[in-house]
Amino acid sequence: MEFFLQQFLNALALGGTYALLGLGLAVVFSVLGLINFAHGELMTLTGYGIFYALLFGVPYPLALIIGVVLATGAAILMERVAFRPVRNSSGTTMLLTSFAVSTILHILFQNLISARPKAIAVPNSLTGAVAIADMQIGVIQLLSILVTAVSLLALTLFLRRSLLGIAMRAAAEDFNVARLMGVNANLVISTAFGISGVLAGIAGILWLFQRGSVDPLMGFLPVLKAFIAVVLGGLGSLSGAVIGGFILGFIEVGLRAYLPDGVLAYRDAISLTLVILVLFFWPQGIVARREAVR
Amino acid sequence: MALLDIERLTVRYGAIQAVQDAGLSVAQGEIVTLLGANGAGKSSLLNACMGLVPLAGGEVHFDGHLISAERTEAIVRRGMTLTPEGRRVFPSLTVQENLEIGAAASRDLRQKSKMQREEMYALFPRLKERFQQLAGTLSGGEQQMLAIARSLMSEPRLLLLDEPSLGLAPNIVDQIFDIIASLRRRGVTILLVEQNAELALDVADRGYVLASGRVVLSGKPAELRSAGLERVYLGAA
Repeated sequence: MEFFLQQFLNALALGGTYALLGLGLAVVFSVLGLINFAHGELMTLTGYGIFYALLFGVPYPLALIIGVVLATGAAILMERVAFRPVRNSSGTTMLLTSFAVSTILHILFQNLISARPKAIAVPNSLTGAVAIADMQIGVIQLLSILVTAVSLLALTLFLRRSLLGIAMRAAAEDFNVARLMGVNANLVISTAFGISGVLAGIAGILWLFQRGSVDPLMGFLPVLKAFIAVVLGGLGSLSGAVIGGFILGFIEVGLRAYLPDGVLAYRDAISLTLVILVLFFWPQGIVARREAVR
Repeated sequence: MALLDIERLTVRYGAIQAVQDAGLSVAQGEIVTLLGANGAGKSSLLNACMGLVPLAGGEVHFDGHLISAERTEAIVRRGMTLTPEGRRVFPSLTVQENLEIGAAASRDLRQKSKMQREEMYALFPRLKERFQQLAGTLSGGEQQMLAIARSLMSEPRLLLLDEPSLGLAPNIVDQIFDIIASLRRRGVTILLVEQNAELALDVADRGYVLASGRVVLSGKPAELRSAGLERVYLGAA
């Protein structure tokens, strides 16, 4: 039971990180129909931002904020410079653009900074564990769960209560009609990228705490996982991205905890097989996007 | 000077010519109807006016300003909007949220938006009963009412209405046309695209007939009726 609860919290922490990343992808996809594969580079940028901020003696909490602000600014800039000129082009053009942005940033990190990992010290207060009942729970895990919950709550409030949030939901359902209501298309798209940047920054910090270093490829794997989560949950659905993220987290942690040692090496293959099985039964994803009622 | 003035408007989708050299005008306070068979280019013309599809040629003037190169949301701020064909309410937003978005163009504070909303609820009591319901769960007629109310939230001086009777039961269609008549009494100028020519000519001051992307007939309802609309619809014009 203890072991199960501990693994449950681990899954919640990992799934939460995937959920934040998936949500970042889904927010942009919902208004632009683009899966932004340069999303991972935003995480990496957060990592380097924190690394250099600490190098220059900035206090730790401020360094984290700098990291998130950097990712947010970069996301908005990315839209303005790379995606806006091709906004009315085909989906393929936008997708290839996102690969180009990703590759360019990746090479810049490699050549201007270093191809090797840069260590980022995680404060001692975060590396420990707290005892709850009879369990030892990692502070980082608890922090991940808390941060995920607060982020999801804040985003939900924004989308439900603010006029800009309602406009974003409207634009996600029918972009042209939203414009007919006078909703500013550029503002909505910039905001979507800004939100995705904030989420990538927060997820980047949680990811950094787990691994303790940043390298040019840091964002690649988690964003690939987030993409799987988004497809699993249902492309275009925000709640789907969150659900997909948690499911993927639970599958991965569950396999790591309960697979016999002999087949542990195949856990990625097994988890992806499970994903394919889910998609076999729900081809549109778990939260299928409702078709507009006409 | 007409409120809306369209000159030699041309719209192309690739090699297909949807609208060709079409010209029409709508004066302040008028209801003008644009008739034509399926695929005659009526919706393309409206969408081009709103900047939703690019013009291949021609000019659109609204209230004396050349708007052909402006963005859709800027045109809405000038006081013209479109209630699109097929209603296209935001299905997963509530009735109230749909209306709130309708006021996105007005720079005023939420207070004013609230006043306008109350006005819409007075005009469409059915919507008030259902204000917290998701728009996707409304009936077709209610969705059409919501679509029109949502457009009115931006306080347009000119409303483009695309096929408001499409797919609705006859008694609901009558209700929608009552609403159109009451909008005229409120001083809203309307350009109405309709397949139901008889109904449209009943409320309109003037009409145009579009066939294969060209304006082939125009005039007062009586003139259009005597010119034999049926022939135009059958493509004989």
